[in-house]
Amino acid sequence: MATSNNVKILGSFASPFVMRARIAANLKSVGYEFLEEKFGQKSQLLLQSNPVYKKIPVLIHGDKPVCESLIIVQYIDEAWSSGPSIMPSDPYDRATARFWATYVDDKWFPSLSGIARAQGEEAKAALIQQVRDGIALLEEAFPKCSKGKAFFGGDEIGYLDIAFGCFLGWLKACEMMNGIKLIDDATTPHLAKWAEKFCSHCAVKDVMPSTDKLLEFAKVLAAKFKAAQS
Amino acid sequence: MAREEVKLFKSLSSPYGWRVVWALKLKGIEYEVIDEDLANKSPQLLQYNPIHKKIPLLVHNDNPIAESLVILEYVDETWKQYPILPQDPHERAAARFWAKFGDAKVLPSIWGSFTKQGKEQEEMFEEAMGNLKCLEEQLVGKKFFGGEKIGCVDLAVGWLGYWVPILEEILGMKLIGKEKFPLLSVWMENFSNFPIIKDNLPPREEMISTYKAYQKKYHSLAVKN
Repeated sequence: MATSNNVKILGSFASPFVMRARIAANLKSVGYEFLEEKFGQKSQLLLQSNPVYKKIPVLIHGDKPVCESLIIVQYIDEAWSSGPSIMPSDPYDRATARFWATYVDDKWFPSLSGIARAQGEEAKAALIQQVRDGIALLEEAFPKCSKGKAFFGGDEIGYLDIAFGCFLGWLKACEMMNGIKLIDDATTPHLAKWAEKFCSHCAVKDVMPSTDKLLEFAKVLAAKFKAAQS
Repeated sequence: MAREEVKLFKSLSSPYGWRVVWALKLKGIEYEVIDEDLANKSPQLLQYNPIHKKIPLLVHNDNPIAESLVILEYVDETWKQYPILPQDPHERAAARFWAKFGDAKVLPSIWGSFTKQGKEQEEMFEEAMGNLKCLEEQLVGKKFFGGEKIGCVDLAVGWLGYWVPILEEILGMKLIGKEKFPLLSVWMENFSNFPIIKDNLPPREEMISTYKAYQKKYHSLAVKN
């Protein structure tokens, strides 16, 4: 896949949100230059291209920036319309996928990211339960969305697969750090099968960091958080 | 062709519901409206939206769609007349960005300016001013956020035109001043006076008493904490 100077993605290897943009680009065979932000610093290019939020990911196509990961995924789908479709074709299926992606970002992810920073075991347990509850809802939604196929999007990875699947690396890291199981054959059989297929998909496997790398990164994050607290 | 059945569950006071009304009206879609009492939600609403149990909820031929911005996109894709999203992918991305910005940043900071007191209120107000400035910049050279016509960003932040003056009256304080926000002020008037919008707004006196009650509730909650 040729690297295109025309498309840049600003991000970090560890960010699941950045992963969304990269997976979408890979699905469409869109070559891009990956500009890795230095941890703890924001580059001039980032501040310039995302002045409102100053956050990664940012996609820069030509000289036009696109911000917010789910918006980037839809943009990639629409700007490169000749590749496989990322959004479902039916408007109701599209609404369902958008609904769940919004749920993941607005309701579920805050619980997941809160676990590492939880003050006390009780608070941690409550957040872990919230994460489990959300996973249970997605387990239930899977057959309705997939209609018997391998992914939420059907035969091929789609919008909701990307929106939720990007967190699988961090979910594994969370399981290891807390000695728990969040996705497994016994309690979430659909998602367990789906997770394996998603992580080994050619558009995903090179951008999903290993659990070891994420555990290492988690230590760096924890240290930064601790330092900020004192 | 099967008969189209469109139901909208909303409430009288929530702007999230009214933005869907405006989209449906602009597109000339016939629908049944169910105004929910948020303190006593109907079994139908709870059945159709079990996860959030919230309004607005659109039910199209018995298929429920929740989350107002998701509903707006669904409405635009299902009924093609009067498109509310642009065609160009980059413009679409920008429209989605600003609609989300309205909900994620503008609305909470204005709401915080209205419900909080003292230092917290001051901080919320400063935040609101910053957020409104971003919106002001988006209106340069445009009549509406959507350009010549009302688009999804106008619908998403349209509540500013009618609800903010109500909050200002209750607060006794200007939130969106003409000097600081000349373009936004003109847009607010243009939007609220647009024929279809003007005819689809909740009654002002009732909104004043509803929002006065909200303010009282939030102030008393603050005292308890």
